[in-house]
Amino acid sequence: MHLVQQILFIILAVTAIYLFSKKVIEMRRNILLGRDEDLNDNKGQRWKNMVLLALGQKKMFKRPTPAILHLFVYAGFIIINVEILEIFLDGALGMHRLFAPMLGGLYAFLIGFFEILAALVLIGCVIFLIRRNITKVKRLTMKELDGWPRNDANLILVTEVILMSLFLIMNTADQALQGQVGAEHYSTTDPFWITAHFKNIFSGLSVPALIAIERVCWWLHIIGVFAFLNYLPYSKHFHILLAFPNAYYSKLMPQGEMKNMPVIQNEVLYMMEPDKAPPTPTEPAEHKNFGAKDVTDLSWKNLLDAYSCTECGRCTSVCPANMTGKKLSPRKIMMDTRDRLEEVGNNINTNKEFKPDGKQLINDYITVEELRACTSCQACVEECPVMIDPLSIIIQLRRSLVMDDSNAPQEWNLMFGNIENNMAPWKFSSDDRDAWVNG
Amino acid sequence: MAEYAANGETPEVLFWVGCAGSFDQRAQKITRAFTQILDKVGIKFAILGKEEMCTGDPARRAGNEFLFQMMAYNNIATLNGYGIKKVVTICPHCFNIFKNEYPALGGNYEVMHHTTFLQQLINDGKVKLKDGGAFKGKKITYHDSCYLGRGNGIYEAPREVLQAFDTELIEMKRCRSNGMCCGAGGAQMFKEEEPGATRINFERAEQALETGATIIAANCPFCTTMLTDGVKNKEKEDSVKVMDIAEMVAMSI
Ligand code: SF4
Ligand code: SF4
Repeated sequence: MHLVQQILFIILAVTAIYLFSKKVIEMRRNILLGRDEDLNDNKGQRWKNMVLLALGQKKMFKRPTPAILHLFVYAGFIIINVEILEIFLDGALGMHRLFAPMLGGLYAFLIGFFEILAALVLIGCVIFLIRRNITKVKRLTMKELDGWPRNDANLILVTEVILMSLFLIMNTADQALQGQVGAEHYSTTDPFWITAHFKNIFSGLSVPALIAIERVCWWLHIIGVFAFLNYLPYSKHFHILLAFPNAYYSKLMPQGEMKNMPVIQNEVLYMMEPDKAPPTPTEPAEHKNFGAKDVTDLSWKNLLDAYSCTECGRCTSVCPANMTGKKLSPRKIMMDTRDRLEEVGNNINTNKEFKPDGKQLINDYITVEELRACTSCQACVEECPVMIDPLSIIIQLRRSLVMDDSNAPQEWNLMFGNIENNMAPWKFSSDDRDAWVNG
Repeated sequence: MAEYAANGETPEVLFWVGCAGSFDQRAQKITRAFTQILDKVGIKFAILGKEEMCTGDPARRAGNEFLFQMMAYNNIATLNGYGIKKVVTICPHCFNIFKNEYPALGGNYEVMHHTTFLQQLINDGKVKLKDGGAFKGKKITYHDSCYLGRGNGIYEAPREVLQAFDTELIEMKRCRSNGMCCGAGGAQMFKEEEPGATRINFERAEQALETGATIIAANCPFCTTMLTDGVKNKEKEDSVKVMDIAEMVAMSI
């Protein structure tokens, strides 16, 4: 029986890890479809950002209630993974509570600690479910989350609740089994902090029944963990991993600064000073668009951003355009970018290379109206707990609209004309620029 | 500036007026207020006058990088031609461009926003505010512009200037890094807003009015215009004034 369990476990583990790695490699390939961008400067600051913002969740604490609940779930999730290590080794080696004899009294202490974390995760997730479905916090119930994103969020929370419950029931059954005849396999430990108090609920049950409960919980728990692992990359919950690289590679320059476009800088330079132009103009080889029309025109960091988005909507909740009823929502910009990137990725999976599908990010996902509503106020950038920059994507899409498609509202075209001819965005003569002196 | 150059002199600082400060009637008042202060303190400053051009900010943020690069090229050529080292401006958009975006294009200047400049003048004792000036006992709220605040992390200098008045500063719920935009940035100033439930400047002006302040202090000519319109929309223009910090200082010296 043990051997069968052992073999089953190994098959399960290998399959789960294989599938997960495959998907992660695929996501990496998708991210690298983006334009090159060198973000390896100032490593010290980058490490600091990663520790403070990803590990320390510094930005979360602007909103204390969700921050504390999120900290429970996050800390619990990370630390309980230490216990998963034991569960994993038990499964692979056909043992039970492998570390118990080695650690002695410390073992029960650790498991007790994990149990408390599990309980906190459970409470955190239940409150999160309430916030999403009963008290309906606005940013978590907006229309743009209808369908899959909403189900995704709830599914993950429910899964966590189930996994933590299984973990606790398993430990309770284990506590009840310890020292009983016929359960010699269950090594005796000191009482676990939480479940030791509940073991009496199983008092009437026979040893085989208890073993069955313990085993079923053990198996469901580990199957759940593997399923969760493979679900992550398809879900907004992948942020638990990507928040780290995303914080590391986040923008170090002042938020107000926009990225320069050297291609155009040079073009203007050569126009003004033709003698500086290289004899044969070097065409920017691959990417012909000035701005971005599709995900592959964006930088790889924009695409990493898209995969890192937690869909929390903090950005949208502070966006002045969104607050006043405009169609623009920075969260939707990120979700659209991710959806389109996944579509392009699947296209490549099926066809070996990208086969034009007549779609692009602008228009098919993000409308011109959304793009035009942005005031470049950077509130979304400031607010994002995982250091995403939706504004960068918006600006690149705008550049494409204006420079590749000459698609600007009439008033902007007038403004451009005025700047070009009168050196000011309004129709005033530059001769009057110092007329204020006489006012 | 041309005059200084002709006489072989160098001014202490170049005052970059910006398009709003030059042409917009409301903003011209800010320009004049700031130059009054400079004159009073006896600072030798120059303006580019007719040689000044739009920095290209609205073009760049609308997506027209070509036009931005052209304006940048010309402005940097003019400034470098005069050997300008120090710039002060009353517009946070110009400030941001000078501080962050011109250096990559060969324009390196020490640039200050006028609120920081004023704060330093006050700290150095060069500007002394009259005791019990025009703002004594008045309730003031302060609107952080996006490009001074979030864009460049300058939150305290303008507040320190306001604290030098004998007044009560009441913060809006959304202030500092969480401040809300007035609606003008990203070239929105130059076009109609996209369809929505209300206007951004109406919403922001309401937030400012909720504080009960009678003065809304601003640091940007565009914010000033936007918030003034927002206050008018609530028909509060008789009791509540939107003022640039420079105008407030000019009234109190
Ligand atoms: S920068 Fe644009 S998208 Fe971001 S919050 Fe401001 S208006 Fe919204
Ligand atoms: S971009 Fe950031 S703030 Fe906005 S939904 Fe995604 S994770 Fe949340």
